[in-house]
Amino acid sequence: MAQVKEKKKTIFEQPWHELPRGGIMPDAGNAAEYNTGDWRTDRPIWDSEKCISCLICWMFCPDSSILVQDGKMVGIDYEHCKGCGICAAECPPKVRALEMKPEADFR
Amino acid sequence: MAKTLEETTKMAAKAGKNGNKKLSALTGNEAVAHAMRQINPDVVAAYPITPATEIVQIFSSFVANGQVHTEYVAVESEHSAMSATIGACAAGARAMTATSSQGLALMWEMLYIAAGLRLPIVMPVTNRALSAPINIHCDHSDTMGARDAGWIQLFSENSQEAYDNTIQAIRICEHPDILLPAMVTYDGFIISHAMEVVRIEEDAEVKEFVGEYKPDIYLLNTDKPVTMGGLDFTDFYFEHRRGLADPVSKVKDVVLQVGAEFKKQFGREYGLFETYKLDDAEYAIVVLGSTAGTAKVTIDDLRDRGVKAGMVKIRMFRPFPYDEVAKALEGKKAVAVLDRSDGLAGRGGPVFGEVRNALCDWPNKPVTVGYVYGLGGRDIGPEMIESVYTDLQEIAKTGKALNLVKYLGVRE
Repeated sequence: MAQVKEKKKTIFEQPWHELPRGGIMPDAGNAAEYNTGDWRTDRPIWDSEKCISCLICWMFCPDSSILVQDGKMVGIDYEHCKGCGICAAECPPKVRALEMKPEADFR
Repeated sequence: MAKTLEETTKMAAKAGKNGNKKLSALTGNEAVAHAMRQINPDVVAAYPITPATEIVQIFSSFVANGQVHTEYVAVESEHSAMSATIGACAAGARAMTATSSQGLALMWEMLYIAAGLRLPIVMPVTNRALSAPINIHCDHSDTMGARDAGWIQLFSENSQEAYDNTIQAIRICEHPDILLPAMVTYDGFIISHAMEVVRIEEDAEVKEFVGEYKPDIYLLNTDKPVTMGGLDFTDFYFEHRRGLADPVSKVKDVVLQVGAEFKKQFGREYGLFETYKLDDAEYAIVVLGSTAGTAKVTIDDLRDRGVKAGMVKIRMFRPFPYDEVAKALEGKKAVAVLDRSDGLAGRGGPVFGEVRNALCDWPNKPVTVGYVYGLGGRDIGPEMIESVYTDLQEIAKTGKALNLVKYLGVRE
């Protein structure tokens, strides 16, 4: 008979005594697991019709939140985008494919 | 310059302490430097400050003479001394430093980091008053200011205790249940610079007692790489700080366990605190550090005159042994707590606050008053301590404290 597996707690659900001592992080490269997207007060909205995939936003994004596939921009990683607005500011004036909108509009 | 152990042993022999080659005439700083030599830490990063300078000055001569294998880092400030010690300890080394007063104050932010990262650093601190006004002499304001940093604090009455506490602190801090830093404190000049007869144990015995430091998690372990000192937000900081309170609650047991082992090996007994003629005492005082020696003489004298005087000398101030101290003082007619620093909290010094906290819930609690004394190295003599017992007898008659907090030995 198959055993019923207890659902593993995520690190966000773990009580204090189950966390590594002294705030030590035993795993490397786990920043992606942390949702920094909920810090955002303004959200970048991408218009795929206007975008020319110059990738200037990709170069400037401090959080690697511009998603690119095969050399083309395909969207924004809202899990990690902190809403700094650099992408919208750097998008060429003639293109304007990125626009910042208040996060409250989406809630 | 530092005398060799052989020279000081000869001095002790001349002083009539013949027949025991382990006895030496040493100052507190010399005794602690010898403890560090025997501990033989991997790294010492330090910056000189009166009256702690000698500790690392003497220790650096041990390094230069090849008597230890320590990497000695001469840094440009105490902030850097603690930072380098933290870095070395996080990397996996047994790391030590030493300081006093303003030096400890300059280490401030790093003290909390050493504790928060659970690094077992042992640091001797010679107690010296904090500025302003600038002063180089003893009071406890420096380490009292660091009392909530997550460091264990062991106070020493004399050079022997400073030596013994330094050795025991290594074992306490590195215990797998603890992994917290510790300050071993002793009174600046009064102990740090006064020569006493100290029993320095054999190097091999001390080496065996402290053992080898084998960290389980450390930065130079390339097989198990970790990140230390990462950023916590509202979702983790509380859990991690709660986690810091857990080893603190276990320190008491480990201090007693290491004390028992120390007694077995070297014959000297250490608990959380020492009591002196307390069992049948009616009037008790609570003190820290070198004042306990003066108090013992005073108590002997009072006892000769029929006054039932006793004392609690706190050894482990952090974490504070609340229940044990309360139990020791329960049923006394009156208790006085002597603070060698002013808490500036509006009600006396920090030791007073802790003792009152300890006694608060005990049904048979004595009337407890506080005294602030000895700031900036102001001497405390037997006559001053006797005046405290005179006050206690007065208080016991009425059952009421006239002054909750008094300043003792200040020009009024």
